[in-house]
Amino acid sequence: MLGSSNESEAIPGGSCLLDFLTTLISSFQDFLFLAGRAFRNVVRSPHYYDDVFMQMDIIGVGSLPIVIMIGAFSGAIIALQMARALSTYGASSQVGTIVSLTLVRELGPVLSAVMVAGRNASGIASELGSMKVTEQIDAMRALGTDPIQKLVTPRLIATTLMLPCLTVLADAIGLVGAYLISVPLLRLISGGEFWSTAWRALVLNDLAQGLLKPFVFGMIISLVGCFYGLRTTGGTQGVGRAVTQAVVAAMVWIFVVTLLIDKVFVGL
Amino acid sequence: MAAPQEPILEFKDVSLRFGDTWALRNVSLGLSPGETRIIFGAAGAGKTTLLKAVIGLVKVDQGGINLFGRDVTSAGETALFPLRARAGVLFQEGGLFDSLTVGENVEYPLINQTANSQSVLHDVEGRVRDALRFVELEHTFDQFPSELSGGMRRRVGIARAVVTEPPLMLYDSPTAGLDPITANTIMALVAKERDVRNSASLIVTHRYQDGEIMSDFRYDQQNEDLVALKTGGDDAKRNRTKFIVMKEGAVVFFGTKQELEASSDDYIRKFVRHGDERQEERK
Repeated sequence: MLGSSNESEAIPGGSCLLDFLTTLISSFQDFLFLAGRAFRNVVRSPHYYDDVFMQMDIIGVGSLPIVIMIGAFSGAIIALQMARALSTYGASSQVGTIVSLTLVRELGPVLSAVMVAGRNASGIASELGSMKVTEQIDAMRALGTDPIQKLVTPRLIATTLMLPCLTVLADAIGLVGAYLISVPLLRLISGGEFWSTAWRALVLNDLAQGLLKPFVFGMIISLVGCFYGLRTTGGTQGVGRAVTQAVVAAMVWIFVVTLLIDKVFVGL
Repeated sequence: MAAPQEPILEFKDVSLRFGDTWALRNVSLGLSPGETRIIFGAAGAGKTTLLKAVIGLVKVDQGGINLFGRDVTSAGETALFPLRARAGVLFQEGGLFDSLTVGENVEYPLINQTANSQSVLHDVEGRVRDALRFVELEHTFDQFPSELSGGMRRRVGIARAVVTEPPLMLYDSPTAGLDPITANTIMALVAKERDVRNSASLIVTHRYQDGEIMSDFRYDQQNEDLVALKTGGDDAKRNRTKFIVMKEGAVVFFGTKQELEASSDDYIRKFVRHGDERQEERK
């Protein structure tokens, strides 16, 4: 009978595949371990409130311009595209309904999260990565500070609280963008009708998933950024690699989790 | 005859592997108050890993590490904080926090110690200024680390390490990449810290001169300068510096400076600057 190592040698690339899977599972385990400690620290002392507020300012206030811009343009684009499609069926009056549902359920949370991931997952990974390669993380541990408590938990709290706020803002600005296209520019419907249909289209289910998604995305973005930052090796080149990995992983996870949440809410 | 002092640090048959590479292989050593160990070795020989293992920054695979009477290998991260507070560490790059000023960097261990022990610490700024005065950098109190030169950052790192007056000091390549004048200034501070506070020191270095300064000189508080130790008499007893040479994670040499210089091993001789080389340098 052949041993397991012989079997993997017998299959071309078997050993590589095994190594790849082992690394993948081991990384995911490390990620869960980091996430567990970060969540546990939310209720454990010491609390670094100053760091939380500073991160809320960097992540929340700092992301306002891009989120406002993306919200406005996405609302306007949906209205423009939908106006043409709806007019084919003589349903131009429904533009408020379509824009409202699309923005609140899907595009608002996902586009805001993608923007914040691009801006903040990269920022977090590069900051923590630089600290790692210059031994600041080791220094922190040597001086009796838990880097997860000091660096990860404040970023987790800040991103998780700020992303839902940014998303609500992006949704509102998106509706304004859609209004400007639908009412003054294309004159599809009256202003009152636009806002009335947009508001009445939304039910509790839509609002719930529209708020749940950014809440979960906030956790993903901060934890992925911190995870890749804290495991950086190989000097400045390693920091660049960590940033790329953090942004790619955060974006992939955003779409995977969107699908999972959609599946749950569509079934409700 | 005075009883030998209890070691504050003990490595017992410690081993650690990263994949197929030995980072530490059956390392055993001890360190008592006032003693100095100079660690030489090629890049990747395990010197920095050994230093980090002392305070549990890396976990070893087997063996025991006893620090201030506590087992480091089985202690969790939080349980290690009080032990780490009693060890000052100078990292290779200084390890200063970019976002904090020099004053805040040096203040950090004091504030942290207060937070962990729930005690009230008086005159924090005074102690920070004292530590910066010790390394002759009090004027940099409000500056950021990025505004300092490499040697100055290293000296601020020493100030941060000594501000809590720890009984154990760990230095990771304190003179790496520095010009000879700055390197000698740094080593004078390291010797001063050892002789003024009688702290134990573990020094990783590539420069043989660093070992020579620690072995052949002592800090004279009256003249505020280093003075050469005489051979024989009280000065010989005062010399408590030993040398360690590491190769592929293992300790291949342990002994005095004279024993190191007398070694005929090719690997060990690479780290020794012999008399003829000194003559060359003087010319």
